[in-house]
Amino acid sequence: MKKTPLYDRHVGLGARVIDFGGWAMPVQYTNVIEEHKATREKAGLFDICHMGEIEVRGPQALELLQWVLSRNLGGQTIGQIKLSVMTNEQGGIMDDLTVYRLGKDHYMVVTNAGTKDKDLAWIVNKRNEKGLSDTEVTDISDKTGKLDLQGPLSQKILQHIIAENMTGLKYYHAMNTTILNVPALVSRSGYTGEDGFEIYTDSGRIGDIWDKLLEIGADDGLKPVGLGARDTLRLEAGMMLYGNDMDETVAPLEVVYGWLTDLEKDFIGSTALRKLNQDGLTRKLVGFEMEDRGIARHGYKVFVDANEVGEVTSGTFTPTLEKAIGLAFVPVSYSEPGTEIFIRIRDHHAKARIVKLPFYKRGK
Amino acid sequence: MSKPNPADRRYTKEHEWAKDNGNGTITMGITDHAQELLTDIVFVELPPVGKKVKQMQPLAVVESVKSVSDVYSPVSGEVLEVNSVLEAHPELVNQDAFGEGWIAKLKMDDPGELMNLMDNAGYDEMIREDKH
Repeated sequence: MKKTPLYDRHVGLGARVIDFGGWAMPVQYTNVIEEHKATREKAGLFDICHMGEIEVRGPQALELLQWVLSRNLGGQTIGQIKLSVMTNEQGGIMDDLTVYRLGKDHYMVVTNAGTKDKDLAWIVNKRNEKGLSDTEVTDISDKTGKLDLQGPLSQKILQHIIAENMTGLKYYHAMNTTILNVPALVSRSGYTGEDGFEIYTDSGRIGDIWDKLLEIGADDGLKPVGLGARDTLRLEAGMMLYGNDMDETVAPLEVVYGWLTDLEKDFIGSTALRKLNQDGLTRKLVGFEMEDRGIARHGYKVFVDANEVGEVTSGTFTPTLEKAIGLAFVPVSYSEPGTEIFIRIRDHHAKARIVKLPFYKRGK
Repeated sequence: MSKPNPADRRYTKEHEWAKDNGNGTITMGITDHAQELLTDIVFVELPPVGKKVKQMQPLAVVESVKSVSDVYSPVSGEVLEVNSVLEAHPELVNQDAFGEGWIAKLKMDDPGELMNLMDNAGYDEMIREDKH
């Protein structure tokens, strides 16, 4: 298994380590509920060094990204981040990723851990096909360390080690700064539904920032948080997990990524997606809440009138709302909020109801 | 550190305990070591009263935020009573696995089956080896 630069620290903190897509990652340090609540109420620190970073530079960088990504990046300003989807020719989701515009002709694409190598090969291949040889596509994952600091007290904690006033940093925007004398990129963004930051810096120095944040954040209740709580936090916020809720057999229009797909522009997969849009969807990913006792899990079947109609993609017990929730694919005709569905849990059918996403939205 | 495994009961290799109530019945639950491995238990599915099971067949289910685990019956027999408090308070299994977190009481088909299980010293030894 691959290890992040923080691996020894996780072991030292007593974390339970699991194999997450080939990476030895902490699933929990104490327990999932405690770490989840710390992030919702105070702040949590996450090792996200496993995720991939790909730099795209050159006068045709935008042209290349417009071709490989479904979202229209035309209006993206320098310093702005855009969530996007990469689709194959059939319109299937190859990855969901965030695109940072760092300069006029300079972008950084942040990929999921397990998809990075595939994404990189795809983008390079498409660049070559298009003859955009001036555009450099570089894997900077190994030299880039990444931490997520999430929760209502994140800004207060981070402000201790950043000279610039953090209040000025807008949601889904990034800035260059210096942390502990090391150049860093900080964005106000994340995967928890809370206010928070993603911090990118030299992977050789990321440990110093991890240590410093835990030290200065201790008084404010900052805790290291593992992938277990990362999963419950993202699900409450109605965010999907690649490989779990979607993969190459799923079109962005079938999940909550329709808004990231600009059918007016030409990109790889746009022809297939236009056709799907015209023919109409047959299934949709929806949120549900359990009404009967029981927790729905990934892979459990969905029933309506004793007929199997779909499948759960994510399901858990949510620590904030204290109920069982999940995401499932259902036929479009059963996708309206309020619709009653049944989920097969072991040997019985438990009642659930389709609800609007997200399950949890933070107060202003 | 988990709580000591009481000497007044027998243990399965799947981390259940069974306490002989002396009248042909047992009370059973999961061990403190098991709840520690599971951490935050958020759901317990109890068997129906009257259910008949064989020794080491699935009897109940405990779920943490992340995982679903079967609980096996330490003996063959019939379910006499279940701890329905766990439906509203599954966390009792975390807090007091050997006491208030008990799961079910069973009438034993054959009290001799208890001898198939470990005593507390044997179970101590097993979980010590698991840690290596």
